[in-house]
Amino acid sequence: MLAYIITFILALLLYLLFTAGSGTLWLWSPSELIAGVLLALLTAAVAGKTLCRGKDYRMANPLRLVVLFLYLVGPFLVEVVRANLDVAYRVITGRIRPGIIRVPSGMKTDFSVFLLANSITLTPGTITVDIDEGTNDLFIHNINVPEGWETRPAVKAEELFSLANLPAWIRRIAE
Amino acid sequence: MIAEILVLACLVIGTVFNCLGILGLLRFPDVYTRMHATTKMTTFGSFFTALAVIVYGASLFLGTGDGQYVTLVLHTAVAAIALAMTNAIGSHAIARGAHRAGIKPAQAVVDRLGEVPP
Repeated sequence: MLAYIITFILALLLYLLFTAGSGTLWLWSPSELIAGVLLALLTAAVAGKTLCRGKDYRMANPLRLVVLFLYLVGPFLVEVVRANLDVAYRVITGRIRPGIIRVPSGMKTDFSVFLLANSITLTPGTITVDIDEGTNDLFIHNINVPEGWETRPAVKAEELFSLANLPAWIRRIAE
Repeated sequence: MIAEILVLACLVIGTVFNCLGILGLLRFPDVYTRMHATTKMTTFGSFFTALAVIVYGASLFLGTGDGQYVTLVLHTAVAAIALAMTNAIGSHAIARGAHRAGIKPAQAVVDRLGEVPP
């Protein structure tokens, strides 16, 4: 039952987002609101079981979504800007030292591994190439492997980010 | 006036980062390093281009109160979010496919994934 309600709310919010500005009832016209509710009911009936297959509803908690938003506009954005400037410097000078390193993620749930892997991939200079599904270890292609890292068998996830502790944030959001 | 300067600044930053991404595509040695430049920096550049549209739409909405500018702002924001998500998942898929196809990272100082038995 909860899965259908979550799907209904998500579909309705997405519909309202796409049709905002269509009328004078707040921002929507009455016909758009009715169509949105009907379509969201239809979507929930068809896709309710598929969307929440994991039976894990902790991300439906609004507090976690607020922290996720703060994470995206705060520490994550700072890291992305720093890494973009770093890669811009390497594009211009051509000083690169590429390599693939092993990073134990230390995450327990699928969603937190997903969030960490995508945060690493969206930060320029690092791409998640593969995941060891048994131990949740990530294999990261790094455009500039710092001196000494090539001899270490594993590098902690915290060391990839120099300005903010992103793995701790992800643990707070998703575990 | 302030909005115009902001739009111009965002467009300039976006174009500079997109140009640097293309420069990286030409300069770097192999598929992995090229992907750092093309997928990430062009996303960052496109984000600033989208931000310019958002600032433009918001300033016009505050000036005229017309609902169509809200639509413009929200649709651009949705496009930027979709770009970020598909970019992360897509570049991960390309990198994984390249490594599975046997492409070794050029000039690599270390390759921990190559040491793992498949």
